[in-house]
Amino acid sequence: MDKNVNQTDKWESSEGVHSDIPSGKVERRNFLKKLAILALAPIAFGFLGSTDKFKTIKKWMLENGYVPSNHKWGMGIDINKCIGCGRCAVACKNENNVPKEPFFFRTWVERYRIYEDGDIQVDSPNGSIDGFENSRTNKKMLRSFFVPKICNHCENPPCVQVCPVGATFKGEDGVVLVDSDYCVGCRYCIQACPYGARFLHPVTHTAEKCTFCYHRIVQDKLPACVEVCPTQARVFGELNKKASPLVRFLRMNKIGILKPSLNTEPKVYYANLDMEVK
Amino acid sequence: MEELVQHLTPILKEIWGYIFPNEIELHWGILIVLYPYLTGLVAGAFILASLVKVFNVKELQPTYRLAMLTAMSFLIVAPLPLLAHLGHPERAYEILITPNSTSAMAMFGFVYAWYLMAVLCLEIWFEYRRDIILWSQKETGIKKWIHKIVSLFSKDISEKAVHFDKKWVKIITIIGIPSAFLLHGYVGFIFGSIKANPWWSSVLMPIVFLFSAIVSGIAMVLILYMIITPFRGKELDILCLDKLASYLFYVMIIDFSLEALDFVHRVYESEESIKILAYLVSNKLFVSLIVIQLFMGMLIPLLMIALIKILKSPPDLKKMVYFISAILVQVGIFSTRWNIVIGGQLFSKSFRGLTVYKITFFGLEGFFAAVVIFCLPFIILYILTKILPPWEEVRNP
Repeated sequence: MDKNVNQTDKWESSEGVHSDIPSGKVERRNFLKKLAILALAPIAFGFLGSTDKFKTIKKWMLENGYVPSNHKWGMGIDINKCIGCGRCAVACKNENNVPKEPFFFRTWVERYRIYEDGDIQVDSPNGSIDGFENSRTNKKMLRSFFVPKICNHCENPPCVQVCPVGATFKGEDGVVLVDSDYCVGCRYCIQACPYGARFLHPVTHTAEKCTFCYHRIVQDKLPACVEVCPTQARVFGELNKKASPLVRFLRMNKIGILKPSLNTEPKVYYANLDMEVK
Repeated sequence: MEELVQHLTPILKEIWGYIFPNEIELHWGILIVLYPYLTGLVAGAFILASLVKVFNVKELQPTYRLAMLTAMSFLIVAPLPLLAHLGHPERAYEILITPNSTSAMAMFGFVYAWYLMAVLCLEIWFEYRRDIILWSQKETGIKKWIHKIVSLFSKDISEKAVHFDKKWVKIITIIGIPSAFLLHGYVGFIFGSIKANPWWSSVLMPIVFLFSAIVSGIAMVLILYMIITPFRGKELDILCLDKLASYLFYVMIIDFSLEALDFVHRVYESEESIKILAYLVSNKLFVSLIVIQLFMGMLIPLLMIALIKILKSPPDLKKMVYFISAILVQVGIFSTRWNIVIGGQLFSKSFRGLTVYKITFFGLEGFFAAVVIFCLPFIILYILTKILPPWEEVRNP
């Protein structure tokens, strides 16, 4: 972990500040910076925020030697462990400046209730952020569970295939990203995504989706949703490295993926996936 | 942002079943309905014109030049709805400069430019060249200069040169037919190749688009011919109208068969999505698909034209029936585009719910913008007929 902390300091002070500044000062500086960003967010977060972030990431990657081709990222989700608290959805919105309105989500949690009479009810009020209401029916429940959803970072991504300008692309590390400086906002990718994982950012008017918190994973940190999950229902890691927790997850569980018939080859793997989940 | 949230919030209450949270905003609205409708008219009008040149259907000669100019007017306007709906219209040029080779949509610029420059402009130029030169010789002032510029200052009207023109009109028409197929078939492919959407994903989509395009193109030229001719104080050529109606009838039969095949195939295969699609058709799309597209736009015109042909009716009744049929067909084809574009977004990709489309009235993507864009081709056509009159009597023998 020590290594991570050092890297963080370097990363956050990469804009002309030497990394040997005492860490207290850096923290204060960061705190003030964050405060300023928070205050300015309603006006400027979209366009300026995202492009700035993107450029800083690129600079950091070049300086710190993150080599995309050395990695292959994926996520495991254990449905039996998810309690539907929705903290992942909240953390994601905060971490990635996703608009708070209930129409824009990079990740959300669905609740499935399957009754004995065959009735199936699925809901996700405000993407699970508002919590789930208790069932008011007298019908007998057969089974019930929560399913966190996220961009599947498909190996064979339909969104990348259809983008007319190549603004959305799959990196060498397998992460599907959107270049918001380049996106024309035609929304073809949103139509092509079978999982409803994309939306048009209402301020930047460009396509948006989960990036596996790319700005965090290049610094050896976990995506925000994984970090906050209280039951460790989400496992993030390398697909090509034997010691990775994700490989262990894939070894220890029976694995399912969403909509396998579409041949998108998702890199988000579900343990204990139910047939009703689409 | 606030406007969007105000628009989306009431929709939350109208959702049936479960839809993914990102699906509440419906992304392709009225403008994207208009786009395939407009390009369909271009392709259809061009195919009609090519009947005269390639297949030598002499009866249709009175509508040949009108059909070419109609195709041109609609083609000029066709990219506007696309441009207006982009999140960043100012970046639209990127589609031409850095097209993504795997994207069907990226081919738009090339197909469009090819069709506009290599097919329509060239064919119209070769077709009118001799007439333009002769007109400019008789005219004075600004008209003379406009015609001189349009003819690209060519002067040669020798028999050899005119023969060359005619030969090239034919060659371009022959190239133009597959190009017209490409122009509209490609629009069908944009929808038909989306495997995530079972309502769109069909190999028949480009072909259905194409035949419905020819239907709408013939009907549009018929409407224009029937409105413009009396205004000019001329007689309608009933032989030409009969022929137009016959072709309209035949192509509608093909279009109907294809759509019926698509329907039967879906029901017979009965895949995972069939329940939600059946619910979609019997609820949200009932009026626009069953009532307007199928009955008003297809079966009634087919029946009316068939009856009028069998019963050998008087010319005035014929004209009336043709005109009403053509109007119904236009409404039907617009409805077809609506049902494809909007219908395909009304159901969730979770196959568990339906949403609603609330049209906005103002703004770039609103109803009024669509009306303006739809009216533009007619204004352009009016201007084009002033510069390049398509009427038979002004042709130089």
